[in-house]
Amino acid sequence: MDKFCKETENSCDSYNKDKKQSIYQKLKHGLSKTREDLSKKINSIFGSFKALDDEMIDELEEILITSDIGVETSIQIIEKIKDRVKKENITDLSKITEILKEEIISIIGEKVNTLENSFPKIIVMIGVNGVGKTTSIGKIAYKYKEQGKKVIVVAADTFRAAAIEQLEVWSRRINVDLIKHQEGGDPAAVIYDAIQSAKSKKADVVICDTAGRLHNKKNLMEELKKIFKVINREYPEAFQEILLVLDATTGQNSIAQARAFKEIADINGIVLTKLDGTAKGGIVIAIKEELNLPVKLIGVGENIDDLQDFEPKDFVNALFIE
Amino acid sequence: MVFESLAGKLQETFKKLRGRGKLNEKDVKEAMREVRIALLEADVNFKVVKEFINRVTERAIGLEVLESLTPGQSVIKIVNDELTKLMGSTQSKIEFSSKPPTVIMMVGLQGSGKTTTCGKLGLHFKKQGKRPLLVACDIYRPAAIKQLQVVGEQAGVDVFSLGDKLSPVDISKAAFEHATKNGNDLIIIDTAGRLHINEELMEELLQLKESIKPEEILLVVDSMTGQDAVNVSDSFNNKLGIGGVVLTKLDGDTRGGAALSIKAVTGKPIKFSGIGEKLADIEPFYPDRMASRILGMGDMLSLIEKAQSTIDEKKAMELERKIRSQQFTFEDFLDQLQQMKNMGPLSQLVDMIPGIKTGKLKNLEVDDKELVKIEAIINSMTKKERQDPTILNGSRRRRIAIGSGSSIQEVNRIIKNFEQTKKMFKQFSDMGKDFKKGKKRLPFFS
Repeated sequence: MDKFCKETENSCDSYNKDKKQSIYQKLKHGLSKTREDLSKKINSIFGSFKALDDEMIDELEEILITSDIGVETSIQIIEKIKDRVKKENITDLSKITEILKEEIISIIGEKVNTLENSFPKIIVMIGVNGVGKTTSIGKIAYKYKEQGKKVIVVAADTFRAAAIEQLEVWSRRINVDLIKHQEGGDPAAVIYDAIQSAKSKKADVVICDTAGRLHNKKNLMEELKKIFKVINREYPEAFQEILLVLDATTGQNSIAQARAFKEIADINGIVLTKLDGTAKGGIVIAIKEELNLPVKLIGVGENIDDLQDFEPKDFVNALFIE
Repeated sequence: MVFESLAGKLQETFKKLRGRGKLNEKDVKEAMREVRIALLEADVNFKVVKEFINRVTERAIGLEVLESLTPGQSVIKIVNDELTKLMGSTQSKIEFSSKPPTVIMMVGLQGSGKTTTCGKLGLHFKKQGKRPLLVACDIYRPAAIKQLQVVGEQAGVDVFSLGDKLSPVDISKAAFEHATKNGNDLIIIDTAGRLHINEELMEELLQLKESIKPEEILLVVDSMTGQDAVNVSDSFNNKLGIGGVVLTKLDGDTRGGAALSIKAVTGKPIKFSGIGEKLADIEPFYPDRMASRILGMGDMLSLIEKAQSTIDEKKAMELERKIRSQQFTFEDFLDQLQQMKNMGPLSQLVDMIPGIKTGKLKNLEVDDKELVKIEAIINSMTKKERQDPTILNGSRRRRIAIGSGSSIQEVNRIIKNFEQTKKMFKQFSDMGKDFKKGKKRLPFFS
């Protein structure tokens, strides 16, 4: 739900103030719930454990698994911690938090991943139903618009009822061009038109919405292939940025989604939405580990500027720092 | 494979147990370790898994494994019993008010599928003779009202909206009046998706509840939800006192552990499940069937029920007679195809068949279009040809190919398939006789 739609103007005005600070604050705020939970839990462990015994390992496992990191990745991380405690002869168990942080950073990498600055570019948003593709497009379009880029949004979700209208509202709100056909039309044809329009209007950024599709529906996945074929053929000069949108609330199925979508598209990165709830989004750690897909943007709130660059250090710090 | 289904995982585990003689504590613990990992990977909440494992282990190490069943069978039985118990052992329905209209309020996180489910429930109850009214109270998400209007139109159900300027309380009050005047006996209120920790918006729902006093509050939850399902359902339940849950997107390949978690934490029944993109793709939730599905025994009961409701019993008996007497013709085949089409997409049916591991089916895509082609080919045959396929010579086959817009190879293939099916039917009916005499046993009951 986009609560800010009623306060768009305010948030647009105040957006540029203290930008750098607000990003971290927002992230911290968005993840504060997680942070409290984790530190509380870890501290309670330190209070009651004197050695890295089975019971403590169980507790660590619980913390990691309930963050949706997944069984396998959790076990791996814990094995590494066990090794290090033994090898480095660590007796001060309060250091466990630091070690946990280091291990998670070593998986997701220290590098800040964000959208590529190559123009003209075409962004295609893909993902299963209800993860927040259309809303994220609104937020990304706003980002580029603020940077003074010429943006076109494309309503290529021709399937879901009123998906086109939803994007239309967004395009009016941030004042960018919208290319649309009728509901039930051919998504590839809409994108074809959008590319022609982008060429003639010399647009910097084209952002395509697509219908949510469950990754196990073969026919719908084939439809996506057709979209990419049209883009490759008609717009080779544009930089392609294919973003997979994942919902932080989703559990282990996110990996199956990432794997299936990766098979048919050269995904550049992940947009992880809905991190402002109590879901931990730990699954992105497993996805980086298994599929080497970096998170580029995270959704930490409902305001128009609440789609932030993913900064691994901040992310992990926000998870563990008091 | 990491992403085998929970059913497949458990089957693997229990295969190890089979034929090992009596179970000792060590065996049970080993099996339970596998069950634990499988459940965690299926997104069942950590604490729920812990309790479940303890309970099952307790029951498994002891008297019950000494009974007449094989050790593997008895563990499967215990796991199945406990899973069923965890998900609630009875199927729940909507309580209708004795003084209509009955009000149902739909709540949930963003993107869980509330608006789509409103349309599905509208159609579902319309089929049962109700006159539902869908009410658009999502005043925040762009085009949410329009979306409800579109699904309402598709379902042939009235939609009430007053734009996005009034409060949900005002809209729903006006809707109630509208329903009373227009003879709508069921009101389904669509609300905006919201985070369970957003106090302001949760308060809005509470106000809505207090003013409209719904008979039923349904929490809509995405079946792909991870560990957080517990927090979400617990918060909504504590704040609003939900009556039940609708589990959506079950047509994906998620293992749906959230279903177990939600039930365990809230104690509220899962009442419906969303199983596809079409508005008719909603069905009651059957906890016991879900349990056996999780265990890899297939959703046999759902399949049987589906078949019963769509297949004409007289026709079925006639068909059986024909199969037995080897008089099965293309006309019967066509009949079968049409009945199968009524049962829904093939891929859904395949999911319900026991003994088929989901992993194995990954590459086998059942294509409904193939059925359309077969139908076209049979439709291009003359009545005589359908009744007696032996007269299908070269020139007849060519004519059929042209008539149905397919190639001669395709026609040949269909005819060959038909002959094989006929043979297979004969074997089945022979097998049936053997079953009755107790000569053969079903492969999966060995």
